[in-house]
Amino acid sequence: MNILYHVGRYFEFLGQVFGRPERMSLYGRRVAEEIDQLGVKSLGIVALLSVFMGAVITIQTASNIDAAWIPDYVVGFTARQSVILEFSPTIISLILAGKVGSNIAAEVGTMRVKEQIDALDIMGVNSASYLILPKIVAAMLINPFLIVISMFLSIFGGWVVSGLTGVVAPNAYIEGLQWDFDPFTVTYALIKTVVFAFIITSVAAYHGYHTQGGALEVGRSSTTAVVFSSVVILIANYMLTQLLLI
Amino acid sequence: MIEVLGLSKRFGDARVLTDITATFSKGVVNQVIGKSGSGKSVLAKCIVGLHRPDEGRVLYDGRPFHELDLAEKRTIRQEIGMLFQSAALFDSMTVLDNVMFPLRMFASMTAAEMEKRARFCLERVNIVGKDALFPAELSGGMQKRVGIARAIAMNPKYLFCDEPNSGLDPQTSILIDELIKEITEEYGTTTIVITHDMNSVIETGQNILFLHTGRCWWTGDRDALLASDNEELKAFVFASELMRQARKGLLGPA
Repeated sequence: MNILYHVGRYFEFLGQVFGRPERMSLYGRRVAEEIDQLGVKSLGIVALLSVFMGAVITIQTASNIDAAWIPDYVVGFTARQSVILEFSPTIISLILAGKVGSNIAAEVGTMRVKEQIDALDIMGVNSASYLILPKIVAAMLINPFLIVISMFLSIFGGWVVSGLTGVVAPNAYIEGLQWDFDPFTVTYALIKTVVFAFIITSVAAYHGYHTQGGALEVGRSSTTAVVFSSVVILIANYMLTQLLLI
Repeated sequence: MIEVLGLSKRFGDARVLTDITATFSKGVVNQVIGKSGSGKSVLAKCIVGLHRPDEGRVLYDGRPFHELDLAEKRTIRQEIGMLFQSAALFDSMTVLDNVMFPLRMFASMTAAEMEKRARFCLERVNIVGKDALFPAELSGGMQKRVGIARAIAMNPKYLFCDEPNSGLDPQTSILIDELIKEITEEYGTTTIVITHDMNSVIETGQNILFLHTGRCWWTGDRDALLASDNEELKAFVFASELMRQARKGLLGPA
């Protein structure tokens, strides 16, 4: 029953978020600010994780393919498929759910307990739309770029480690990257990314917006936001994979 | 003028407000007083529309707020200025941007006109040269004054102040009280002040409503309050020896 209550209130909240905005010109500026806050400031952690994960995927794949009849380029092929299909869109989105989701829930929750959202409501501003819509739009715009950068850096990390450790010849790795490439896998990854961006921002904002109490409750909202958005991302990941790949 | 007619509100099994009827006049500082938990803040939130009353009506110059559609409610809300207990300034905005915020959202002005209006409001509350500071860089009293400047930026017809003196030193409290009184008389606003501060009540009380156990227990002005025999009111207002002595001094020899 508690879950049903939250689901109903979440959709009611989305109705408010997508309600009539007051001044579109102000929203444009806020979207630009949020792109910087949610996207550009996440670039460092995304880059770091991607390079190392790409390297690890390559070493693990190479070390698990011992059979002489399996060509070396399979390492590059497997690394590419793992990165494009799952690592970049899903794992990076889960990392962003932790970083960006907790940030959104804490920011909006603090505004709630400090009566700043009440102040917006009393002024006649649609507070949910003014605060949340720019975050959702910004994440849906910038996250695909983050994920494409992540794909590139992961594959690059794999190539670097192939040269450094010799687990696979760099030429074979590159041959594997090019072998049997289906461009739809990138489309699939980007569709997932946009859906996950919506989930991360809206679920986190929902928990922040409905915070009641003080600092302790803001912390709780932040944790709950990360847990819920991660679970919803995993469920959505399964559903999208079933829909788009089978 | 704001009229509250038969307003009741409960949260779950707890009845917070019972059949409140009151009139808050224009151009006068109307004060709502009462113990903690007596329902003052809930009454204010019902009046401004943050809570929906279970029963009763709130009329803004005859317009029944809770019966209006969203667009009409927003029109009334744009006529409301509110000073929150915590000032509720937006942390990410400078002082000037905070005051300009309602103008940016609703006013049909050029950017230069908005800035001029915001600077005028800041000067009106004696905040000069602090435009570029953020709320965290201001003292509590300054935050309250910026909150008042933001509340009056749109020339509100109705001004709400939720415990404007809380957390302030006595001198700053008097300044804030005087400022609210001056603005009310200057702009002819209908002002409602929720307060615990008995100094403020004795100094500026023109129309006082005393809430007790969620009911409208007593109404009157400062002189009526001093002369009142209402036991609950006397126990609340003149709780300290200092206030009892002050009462004797103000009433004069019997």
